[in-house]
Amino acid sequence: MRVSLFVPCFVDQLTPQVGLATAKVLKRLGHEVEFRSAQTCCGQPSFNSGQWDVAREAAIRALGVFRGAEVVVGPSGSCVAMMRQFYPELLKGTPHAAEADDLAARTFEFSEFLVKKLGVTDVGAKFAKKVTYHDGCHALRELRLKEEPRQLLRAVKGLELIESEEGETCCGFGGLFSAKFPMISTAMVQVKGGALARTGADYVVSSDPSCLLQIGGWLSREGKPILPLHIAEVLANDA
Amino acid sequence: MSDARSDIFARIREALKVKAPKPHLKGEPKPGSTSSVAKPWLPDGGETADASLSILAEQLAKLKAVLIRVPDHASAAKAVAELSAAKNWKKVAYHGHPLLRPVAAALPCETWEADTSFEKQRLEGCDAGITTCESIVAQLGAILVSSASSGGRALSILPHVHVVVAEASQVVPDLGSALALAKARHGDQMPSMLSFITGPSRTGDIERILVLGAHGPKELYLVLVG
Amino acid sequence: MSDSKAIFLKDATVNAADGDQRAFIRKALGGYYVNRDLQKARYRDWERARDAASLAKWSAVNDLANVLEKFVTNFERNGGVVHWARDAAEARAIILKIAEDNKAKAIVKSKCMTSEEIHLNDALEKAGYGVVESDLGEFIQQLRGEAPYHFVFPCMHVKREAISELFTKHLGTAPTDSPEELTMIARRHLRQLYVDADIGITGANFLVAETGQISITENEGNARLTAALPRIHIALSGIEKVVNHLDDLSVLLPMLATAGAGQPMTCYNTLYSGPRKKGECDGPEQFHIVLLDNARTRLLADPEQRDALHCIRCGACLNVCPIFKNIGGLAYGTTYQGPIGSVITPHLRGLKQWNHLSGASSLCGACTDACPVRIDLHHHLLHNRRNAAKESPTLFDQVFHHGFNFVIKRPWLFATGGRIFRATLPLLQKLPLPYMGAWMKTRDLPKAPAQSFRDQWKNQNV
Ligand code: SF4
Repeated sequence: MRVSLFVPCFVDQLTPQVGLATAKVLKRLGHEVEFRSAQTCCGQPSFNSGQWDVAREAAIRALGVFRGAEVVVGPSGSCVAMMRQFYPELLKGTPHAAEADDLAARTFEFSEFLVKKLGVTDVGAKFAKKVTYHDGCHALRELRLKEEPRQLLRAVKGLELIESEEGETCCGFGGLFSAKFPMISTAMVQVKGGALARTGADYVVSSDPSCLLQIGGWLSREGKPILPLHIAEVLANDA
Repeated sequence: MSDARSDIFARIREALKVKAPKPHLKGEPKPGSTSSVAKPWLPDGGETADASLSILAEQLAKLKAVLIRVPDHASAAKAVAELSAAKNWKKVAYHGHPLLRPVAAALPCETWEADTSFEKQRLEGCDAGITTCESIVAQLGAILVSSASSGGRALSILPHVHVVVAEASQVVPDLGSALALAKARHGDQMPSMLSFITGPSRTGDIERILVLGAHGPKELYLVLVG
Repeated sequence: MSDSKAIFLKDATVNAADGDQRAFIRKALGGYYVNRDLQKARYRDWERARDAASLAKWSAVNDLANVLEKFVTNFERNGGVVHWARDAAEARAIILKIAEDNKAKAIVKSKCMTSEEIHLNDALEKAGYGVVESDLGEFIQQLRGEAPYHFVFPCMHVKREAISELFTKHLGTAPTDSPEELTMIARRHLRQLYVDADIGITGANFLVAETGQISITENEGNARLTAALPRIHIALSGIEKVVNHLDDLSVLLPMLATAGAGQPMTCYNTLYSGPRKKGECDGPEQFHIVLLDNARTRLLADPEQRDALHCIRCGACLNVCPIFKNIGGLAYGTTYQGPIGSVITPHLRGLKQWNHLSGASSLCGACTDACPVRIDLHHHLLHNRRNAAKESPTLFDQVFHHGFNFVIKRPWLFATGGRIFRATLPLLQKLPLPYMGAWMKTRDLPKAPAQSFRDQWKNQNV
């Protein structure tokens, strides 16, 4: 299959290894991977801030960027939810509505794509570490993904998966919320990050790089001995 | 100035001119009454009388209500009398129902047929109230009392203990059946109060710790005949 | 910044930093989660049951005029008196008039959030009536002189020691740290008050159009007593509480209890149709209902958020909300706390002053999943944000988002900007920039990579 990568803007700039790992896994499975460099940001920050006109422009641009792509795969539940759930809502009743629905149907979150679309759970990865998994809220509740990433992780050789307390609790990122209401966002990551650290895992893995920014940022500041890692990075590891 | 009633209705009619989308549902809506449509999704109330009785027993136990099963009315009277002696009840109020009068007569303490007069203070001084009921919901362990079957509104709530004497045939599987039965029985002459009692009165208001007997009865007994 | 926002920010900041209090709230809710899951597991299909509950409310709310009309006709046929109130002031006036006409002195109330909404107690007390809240949690909050913390668990934030002190001070009882004894103190104290009260005021959870009955859900039995002993019963209810059929309650009553309190049913679910009937031995001589609009029709007029009127006030969305659990109920400054409060308060009290509540959410969606009647809560927070940005845009947001858009619509500028951003990140982190400074206070940013993804990709794939 020819996969067009959807790399979230902050992954592009701050955690490029996540995008590279995503491509690596897909290539290893024998797929052709492309990156359309006209893509930037999906518009979610503006959408979540109520600036729907601005977000609509971003959505329309994204439709153009991914026009003709067979499938679009992104390593972020949150940004994929934006394309899949919220583009159609934003563009409802506009001339772009049909194309938004069409793009939504071709867009997948990375773990979802592997498990649900390709039917693959074992991608041939090895990772002899203890990991705990954090469900990003968009993946969990907008895309309804819960088992998919876990199935992938369980198939990784040497990997031990530990569930945390506060399993389905939000990490408190919420995009600009984390900066507009930093005290609430911090209280939330204390609860979530604390529970993750208590598992004794080496890594907290998630399919959402934005949650990892928040959780990792707090764990680092608190000096907790557990590191953030994107699921694509785990799955890319075959050495 | 127009009156509040017509104003509010005008606002409602105006507001509803724009239709709302159907709610997001998991499955297709089905035709039929709410209870018949939802029956296969709600907690089980039992398909047979025996199954219902065993669900009822389980629910009541979890609710900390006490179920006493007896074979006949004479044994019911005996069971209540034993309870009264064991708990040292001094004054007991009861609903003046043909099935309850013998129960009251067998009690070893002062008794009062509470529906003869409305005396709040006197009722408050009673250790226990004995009533019949309309029906019993196996699914939830709920006992439906009414101002008709229970000697008014206060008898089943003001005394510290509530004893319900009922027949096993009054057990219905689920809430939908109990509501339908009440409607069939009373039509548009509903008793002024119908109350589903699901266990003894309780509160969790202090640190969410369960305490029984907040304002209503601390103890609830269901004496089931048959 | 609106006053309500300034107060919110101040209170939320204090509460979010109070680790002990937050742990106390989480612990208090611990038992609820266990019981809720146990009860939910008894449903053969909880999700479809939510469909049924949602449809029951949807069909009533979207046909409100007819359903309400039917309720009122049947309520009156049962011997009740109906009053209409466009707003809080009218509702207060109606209740004061009933009290005055009947030369009442003492009033006992059972839990009724609608009465909080209209500030009824203040009005009654000012007019010289003795008013006592009979729900244990409300009673405690009344003694504390504080609004409810949670509209189902009003004093869940108060530790037993504080309650003991409160009772010692107001009721003269001996100190105790037993919740059981504290409950019994309140029980003994309130019993005589029910007996002596002239008027009992309750809320209503459902108004059943088909039969003209009102349904009241409670655990303690205080509403039962409130509607049994005084000679006048007044129920105060929002107009949106109607359902079409008695049968709808077969789904709504158990789900309300399970979602909100982790119970199969609450202890008492009572249907009232009129005052004492002929042949009945007790009960009030008069039964009044005050039907309140108070901006509900404004919410009704918004088809996108009309489903917020389906709310059965179970409290489930509060119990699962990480914002609620970390800032506490009082910080909201609203009658209805938590997600549902953040959704409806802007409609009830004004978007400009209350939109910050919609902003103060990570949009995690736990509330929407918890809601037994499927209100699209967290998406409505987004809708409120959108409406607010349209109605009263802030300059900062305008500049920020249009500036951001200017960049992201030009991939070359985005790439260049990104390069500069990464190069200067160590410096930026030290500056007191808006947003970034707030973030950096408690969290680190990852070390900026030398090359972006797009650059590395280009190099790999040449
Ligand atoms: S919005 Fe839903 S979950 Fe929240 S109180 Fe209302 S009914 Fe319950």
